[in-house]
Amino acid sequence: MNGTRPDKSKLYYPKMPATWWLKKSSYLLFMLRELSSVFIAIFLVVYLMQVYQLSRGPEAYVAFAQKLSAPGWVIFHILALVFSLFHSITWFQSTAVVMPLRIGAWEMPRQLMTGLNVAALIAVSIVILILFNTLRG
Amino acid sequence: MAEPTITLNVTRYRPGQDQAPTSQRYTIPYKNDWVVLDALNYIKDQLDGTLSYRWSCRMGVCGSCGMMVNGVPKLTCAAFLRDYQQQEIRVEPLTNFPVIRDLVIDMSDFMDKLKSVKPWIIRKTEKPLSEGEYLQSPAELEAYQQFTQCINCMLCYAACPVYGLEPDFIGPAAIALGYRYNMDSRDEGKDLRKDILTGHDGVWQCTFVGECTEVCPKHVDPAAAIQRTKVDAAKDWFTSYLLPWGQK
Repeated sequence: MNGTRPDKSKLYYPKMPATWWLKKSSYLLFMLRELSSVFIAIFLVVYLMQVYQLSRGPEAYVAFAQKLSAPGWVIFHILALVFSLFHSITWFQSTAVVMPLRIGAWEMPRQLMTGLNVAALIAVSIVILILFNTLRG
Repeated sequence: MAEPTITLNVTRYRPGQDQAPTSQRYTIPYKNDWVVLDALNYIKDQLDGTLSYRWSCRMGVCGSCGMMVNGVPKLTCAAFLRDYQQQEIRVEPLTNFPVIRDLVIDMSDFMDKLKSVKPWIIRKTEKPLSEGEYLQSPAELEAYQQFTQCINCMLCYAACPVYGLEPDFIGPAAIALGYRYNMDSRDEGKDLRKDILTGHDGVWQCTFVGECTEVCPKHVDPAAAIQRTKVDAAKDWFTSYLLPWGQK
């Protein structure tokens, strides 16, 4: 079989440009999905710090909360929210591909599965919001 | 009235002569029912006999004529000129592969990878012919049938940035075919494919860009095969730790 292989010294080896992810919208969306994890990770670190401040008492917590109300942090949190929503939706789209739901011979269409997951996310978010408002009294 | 024409901008590379590929423009008659492969055949027959490219069946079965058409991996026998009207058509060799000449790529890396996943039915013990064939129910066939449609055209490799960046990655088609045999109820070779499918250059290299599935002309969905193999591998890993006695 090796006899049929071309002479490697005569081949042209193309190089992938560093900007490959700008060539197609699907590549760009993929990179944004990967980038979303950075925002989510930073948000989680800030959130853990907030919980830690809570354990140090009300004054420490309020002081930290005030720092977070700076415009820079507000912008960051809006961005983090957008990225986490984007990440969640792409995650649900992936779930439909990775774990198809079959009932007998019927396979749930991918869009329906993604839609149901998004609906569940919205429902859980509403429940959390109601609980939050009720507990805040 | 003058006959309508269309221009193809075709990549040329002459081994031993050119340092890097160049491009060459050919203006040819436009026919509404022509595909890009017809246009290349016209160039080869009428304008420039030195142009090299691969093709065979002309009907989307053999998988030989895959090229980049305006930057997208396509079977040129299924890419109609009418879909690219009003624009110049750029025809390049499939990306992520070494180029032998003009539009012809070196597929030996793919052939090695394909072989490495053992894409054939493996039995621990073959039963004698006298006992008849290995039977399979329609539901068992359904579990893998979609993945049998792969024609090894390598469009998925050209669409996969992971393969472009990590050439050792086994890649979409080879994994999809490994998965196809793993899912076949007659097969008993899953353990023999495990090292290659879930090893260093296997499924975990995939970051699920999903373009392999988008460009597949036969709707094989290699991205799903890869992600499902990941789930299987993760399940196997957990069971081997949690239920070591349950391992085969």
